[in-house]
Amino acid sequence: MESINAKYVSQKISKTRWRPVSHSDLQLPEIFATGSWDNEDNRISIWSIGSNLSTGMEDGFEGDPQLLCEHKHDGDVLDLQFLDQDRIVTASSTGAVTIFRHHQNSQTISVSQLWARAHRYPCDNAPCTSVVCSSPEIVTVGEDGRIIVFRADQEGVVRVIENADSSTIHAVTYLRTTEILTVNSIGQLKLWDFRQQSNSPSQILSLSGDRVPLHCVDRHPNQQHIVATGGQDGMLCVWDVRQGNTPFSLMEAHTAEMWEVHFHPTNPDHLFTCSEDGSLLHWETSSHSDMPSFLQGGRNSSMVSRSAMAPAGGNQSLISAWLSGDSSKGRLETTHMLPSQTLSVNSLDVLGPCLVCGTDGEAIFVNRQVPV
Amino acid sequence: MGFAWGPGDILVYETLYKASGASGSGCSFIHEIRKDEDIYSPILRKLFNESHHIFVGLQTIREELPSKSKKPQFVSISKNYRSVIRACMEELHFGSFFKFLFYSLVSILLAIELIWNLCEVLFIDAAPAGSLLLHLLDWVRLHKADVDERAREVLQSESPAEHHDYWDVPGGTQTLTEFDVKWRHWHEEVDRCMQDNSFASNRHLEVICKILLGDEDTLLDHKELLGTWYHFLVTRLLFCHPTVKPTELHYYAQSCMTMFLDSRSVSEPLDNILLAAFEFDIHQVIKECSIALNNWWFVAHLTDLLDHCKLLQSHNLHFGSNLREFLLLEYASGLFTHHSLWQLAVDYFDHCPEFGRVYLELQIERVPLETERKALKVLRICEQRQMSEQVRSICKIMAMRALRNNRLGSALSWSIRAKDAAFATLISERFLQDYCAKGTFSDLDLIDNLGPAMLLSDRLTFLGKYREFHKLYGEKRFREAAKLLLSLMTAKIAPQSFWMTLLTDALPLLEQKEVIFTADQTYELMFCLEELTSSLNITASSTDRPMQEEDVEVTKVELLRLALARNLAQAIVKEGTVET
Repeated sequence: MESINAKYVSQKISKTRWRPVSHSDLQLPEIFATGSWDNEDNRISIWSIGSNLSTGMEDGFEGDPQLLCEHKHDGDVLDLQFLDQDRIVTASSTGAVTIFRHHQNSQTISVSQLWARAHRYPCDNAPCTSVVCSSPEIVTVGEDGRIIVFRADQEGVVRVIENADSSTIHAVTYLRTTEILTVNSIGQLKLWDFRQQSNSPSQILSLSGDRVPLHCVDRHPNQQHIVATGGQDGMLCVWDVRQGNTPFSLMEAHTAEMWEVHFHPTNPDHLFTCSEDGSLLHWETSSHSDMPSFLQGGRNSSMVSRSAMAPAGGNQSLISAWLSGDSSKGRLETTHMLPSQTLSVNSLDVLGPCLVCGTDGEAIFVNRQVPV
Repeated sequence: MGFAWGPGDILVYETLYKASGASGSGCSFIHEIRKDEDIYSPILRKLFNESHHIFVGLQTIREELPSKSKKPQFVSISKNYRSVIRACMEELHFGSFFKFLFYSLVSILLAIELIWNLCEVLFIDAAPAGSLLLHLLDWVRLHKADVDERAREVLQSESPAEHHDYWDVPGGTQTLTEFDVKWRHWHEEVDRCMQDNSFASNRHLEVICKILLGDEDTLLDHKELLGTWYHFLVTRLLFCHPTVKPTELHYYAQSCMTMFLDSRSVSEPLDNILLAAFEFDIHQVIKECSIALNNWWFVAHLTDLLDHCKLLQSHNLHFGSNLREFLLLEYASGLFTHHSLWQLAVDYFDHCPEFGRVYLELQIERVPLETERKALKVLRICEQRQMSEQVRSICKIMAMRALRNNRLGSALSWSIRAKDAAFATLISERFLQDYCAKGTFSDLDLIDNLGPAMLLSDRLTFLGKYREFHKLYGEKRFREAAKLLLSLMTAKIAPQSFWMTLLTDALPLLEQKEVIFTADQTYELMFCLEELTSSLNITASSTDRPMQEEDVEVTKVELLRLALARNLAQAIVKEGTVET
């Protein structure tokens, strides 16, 4: 692992996200956005690592992130997503949901739309904890247990599910275009189907045993029923939402809360997790079959628990590789990607061969040669 | 004006009293005065974060290695610190139009780096005689780059050859004495040339020659070129005593300073600090720096590094801890008042063995918790250090807040984290009250999925089991529902206040066509009813209840008695019947 350099930015980073690259271009990602937290003046900032960008200041390493522009943000940035090439949606600790527009010509940011008290208590603010979007639809969840659906460019709210949860909803992700999955602080995964009018989840999954709060969730890019979650105890769980009520595999990942989990968008054999304990892990599973992953079908029907048994049948499909993950079997490799002794890594994002992460030590790390 | 002290700031407000004249109404503002402005500078924040990283790395160097082999490590750490300072300086320097605002900051950072560099040379690197001068030359050169350029040009314009030999100083193959002899020889030669007036024709050459001889007056004539007295010192040492020993430094330093600064100019704090350094009086250096600077950053980190090099005599202060710990505690306490940098302070407290923990315990509870995520981070810090008191108090704050906003699930998850049975009981009471009021359970997703958390408190267990009863009833599994209901009362899981509700729940089961409760179970139910009514009677006589309520209660009891009796009859008949 080549040395990865820290860029100190004078703000604690709560979220980092790559700007999506258009598929036709086949370009490497160049621009990423960050949000800060725990500041008197929080900001969202847009950075570039393009090597063709040269500034007056000799800034040392090629590829050191350069600040392009930033904008004040009211409250901590609890989540940040790119809606499209120019617009960013943020979730704030004041309960507000904001759409910012990045004007590339003038390199400025302006507020495009603001829903000021989307998440709220009767007499207090409720932080909005997570946002996910599939343009033009935006779904947000918060500490008030509400799920709200917005539409960009539409003033009002499209749909609200009141009291969706009696505890805080920490993260949300799309399963299908009309289905979302939320995780909450009593360790449950809930599936919501927007085609139904009722305000109750279509399915509830949880771990038997201790109800550990879950903080992050991500769906497998190709298989819509596989999700990975991470929680307060730092365990990585991979679930199959169609089958059963318990996760297919549990892996001990971190010694403290896991803040984010991401499948690599184009190479789902790779998974990345980051945690409060200051580590960022790169998980790599290897499939034994020579068939390319998209040709492998079939499900592994044997239920496996934490101690994975080799699945019956020779077809080592990609799915079974994740679902029967057991590091001692040598099919799962884990690598630390950061120098030790960093403060909590709050966020990471990976696109192509590039990885960016932000820490509570007010540093951003960019790695442009992730082995995927 | 009135004021009140805070942990790092002062709150000032106008009172009704004026300094002179009649009292009048003051303005209604409260002003917050920050003691330490520097922490809030965005560029200095980088200094704090990067130096924190270096600090933590320094603490983890293993103790078993002998100090000799650790010296290069310490020197490199010292260089790291200095490069961080320089990086900040450069950024401030290039920081566009805010230059004038940060001018004083840049000069402070320059001074800090100067002092640190000197301390590194004298104390950490502890250069011996010979290489000492080289290091001092580097030191001066680094800080007076532009002046030195010109001076060197003047000095080296003639006689390059001698200079070439001259720079071939220890480090090479010669010992100190060999070099000393050679140097003296060379010096005498130059002196003789001077006396011979061989350079009399060229005035400039004469001046240069005098400088080479280390003539003080000539050097002092070129004060503007030298700039500072320590530059003068090093120059003089270079030309008069190149093999100076560390212990002799302070003689020359004192005399150079006196010569350079005439009676008019007063010595600045920086000069005193440098002089103390030349005198190898580490404590004096630290003391002077503490007084001169308004932020503890410099002294704390420098003292810590020197302490690791075992250069500080342990020297108990009146407050019980040693100097290093005292400074680190002061610095970290200052950091804690910052809305964001408090996280760095935690690591500093961790490495103060005597009082660090106590300080941390007191400070961590005062971190404002606006979001759950922040509370989780603070909790993680407390849990990792086994501060159970703080864990409990933070969880209670968050749980109360959740309860106030009617987020019962959140409240429960906080009380599970703190293993707070009392609070879990409180939450269960809320649920049960809601049920009694509305007739249905709210937040079924929570109660249905309690899992092992149910065992945290008796009331919670009851809640879970009661909900289970309802589920069984809904699924028409009456026998099992009946059994569960009875066990809730006989095993005393249910609080007595709730027994009436439970017995009322039993009514529909008793009224069924099919006999559900067995005779034994019916006897037990009757027993429970009697227990309940007798205790109620005792209380009823003392309390003043309205007539209607009593009527309702009496009717209920009568209905129950009737149903129980009927059920008993049917049960006895059923059990007594022989199946043919």
